[in-house]
Amino acid sequence: MTSAHRTSPPLAEAAEVSPRALRRRLRRQAAARTWAQLRRNRLGMTGLIVLVLFAAVAVFAPWLADANELRASQATGPLLAPPSADYPLGTDDNGRSVLALLIFGSRVPLIVGLTATVISMVIGTIVGIASGILDGFAGAALFRVTEWFLVIPFLPLALVLATLLGGSLGSVILVIGITGWPSTALLIRAQTLSVRERPFIERAQILGAGRWHLMSRHIFPNVLPLVFANTTLTVAGSVLAETTLAFLGFGDPTAVSWGTMLNAAFANGAVSLGAWWFLIPPGICVVLVVLAFTLAGQALEDIVNPRLKESR
Amino acid sequence: MTSMPTPSTTRLNAVVPEGRPPRAQRLSGRFSWRFIRTQLIGTAASLVFLLVVNFFLFRVINPHPERTLGRGKAKTLEQLEAIRHRLGLDEPLPVQFLTYLKQVFTGDLGTSFQYSKPVTELILERLGPTLLLVGTATILAVVIGLWLGARQAWRHGGQFDRSTSILTTIVYSMPEWWLGLLLFMVFAAGIGPITGIFPIGGLTSQGVNPWSLDGVADTIWHLVLPVTTLTLAYIAEYSIIMRSSMLDVMGQDYLLTARAKGLTDEQVRRRHARPNAMLPVTTLIALDLAFAVGGAITVETVFSIPGLGLLTTEALRIPDLPLLQGTFLVFSTAVVLANLVANFLHALQDPRVKS
Repeated sequence: MTSAHRTSPPLAEAAEVSPRALRRRLRRQAAARTWAQLRRNRLGMTGLIVLVLFAAVAVFAPWLADANELRASQATGPLLAPPSADYPLGTDDNGRSVLALLIFGSRVPLIVGLTATVISMVIGTIVGIASGILDGFAGAALFRVTEWFLVIPFLPLALVLATLLGGSLGSVILVIGITGWPSTALLIRAQTLSVRERPFIERAQILGAGRWHLMSRHIFPNVLPLVFANTTLTVAGSVLAETTLAFLGFGDPTAVSWGTMLNAAFANGAVSLGAWWFLIPPGICVVLVVLAFTLAGQALEDIVNPRLKESR
Repeated sequence: MTSMPTPSTTRLNAVVPEGRPPRAQRLSGRFSWRFIRTQLIGTAASLVFLLVVNFFLFRVINPHPERTLGRGKAKTLEQLEAIRHRLGLDEPLPVQFLTYLKQVFTGDLGTSFQYSKPVTELILERLGPTLLLVGTATILAVVIGLWLGARQAWRHGGQFDRSTSILTTIVYSMPEWWLGLLLFMVFAAGIGPITGIFPIGGLTSQGVNPWSLDGVADTIWHLVLPVTTLTLAYIAEYSIIMRSSMLDVMGQDYLLTARAKGLTDEQVRRRHARPNAMLPVTTLIALDLAFAVGGAITVETVFSIPGLGLLTTEALRIPDLPLLQGTFLVFSTAVVLANLVANFLHALQDPRVKS
């Protein structure tokens, strides 16, 4: 919780500043507190640093490697050659540098992971808050629907959707985004129900707050920290999902990603030939990114939801 | 645990009068009618929902499966029309849906585009290897994973906990098929001077009768790598769940009580901590088992195990829509049924749930 409502500034000061400025300051303080706590969490910070590194590689990829090296038709290197001075991580089955592929391949997983997560977070948060705050039939129906979607196994559904929608980057994002929301919705619903029972909600209701005001001004800000922590964890799942779909052949065939590299390594026989330099580096990158998001997410969750801390 | 009360426990029972009733009595009163009814209705509703999704997913998003089927062959409108008629696509949507329902309930899941065989038959043929693979891996992983998680939690923060927790977190972050590829490369294909010792795929060698003694040994030999892959992946998951559940339990007051009674560390762990920590874990494992059937898709693909997972990836390449629809129905129905079993198991373990 931001616990913004707990730290009330002295009255004299409150009279001077406008409510908006006060709110902003409280939020800044809460953010600073979270950051201070995060910095003390060693594993969380490690995850964050790894993420920053990977993000930098993805953003500055064109400066780190030559994009022309990615064109299979113009590759000049030997086929499936082990690491050498010219090719520090060897070459793939088209004679391209694995290192260059690895650098450019970081872009798709990160983009897909982040955008797909935004989609599932938006759907999950809206459905979660709505099913938590709406009484009667509508809320119950939303909850049921969430539960139903939760029981559809992820990979088969994603594969079916990807087959039906085609394998472009956009459809992969959509597929991962719309298969990932139910768990978030359940989490947010539980949190909404607990926030709803707090006294300040009752106070707001007595003061005449409508349902929309309650939702946007009271419930949402209090659920938000949890959403952030959950987002970080969901990105890890989305990156794994993207890699798995790409490995099974869904993904933009023109865009390099770690998943398509691994698909090529498996399908074109590099694995059978023992070309470890084409199999191990992309996998390690996936593991590092997923691990980093998980660690950072768990650290955030510990801060946001201190009750969890003991169970880790 | 129905040992006769010793003098010291009799005194305790006077304070805490809830001794365990005999087993028969415990079982009969366990499920209330209301509980059973709610469970069955919920499951039925989920199954209906799945059927609706399964029908409309394939009709609405891709309304012209005949084009997929006729790709490259049937070009003329008449040919396409003929296929449409054969697949029943020229009927109105509600009629199609009712036909679909009728077919599903009579065990008819359509005909595969690529094999020209009934989908039901294909699925039944492939069910065995998947169950064998996933079943073996799950049993191994449950035994090892739960032991590992419980042990990590019991001495949490210690050296054993720290080193193994890092390992399980890393394995948990790994796509299981990549782990499979690594094992495949090292132990089946061989790298550099190391030659592979395990077969590179499939479930049986050619010319070996799978029901003979040699055949069984051969099948086991083929299953070593895929089972190891899945087992490692599941161990990571189960131990993480068990560890956190156990840590939860360890904060509870009744453990303090148990210690205060003078029980040994081992007794507290075996009789008081672990059974309670198992509660959420059982549910998760039952659910997971069903998801695992889907999760085996990638591992079966890597090791060419002729199971449902490989059948699915084969269907994806065409794409063979009736086959895909059939396997999807099987995978999702498995989860719903597992959910039902999980709820009953949970109620069996935890009397508070049954009402």
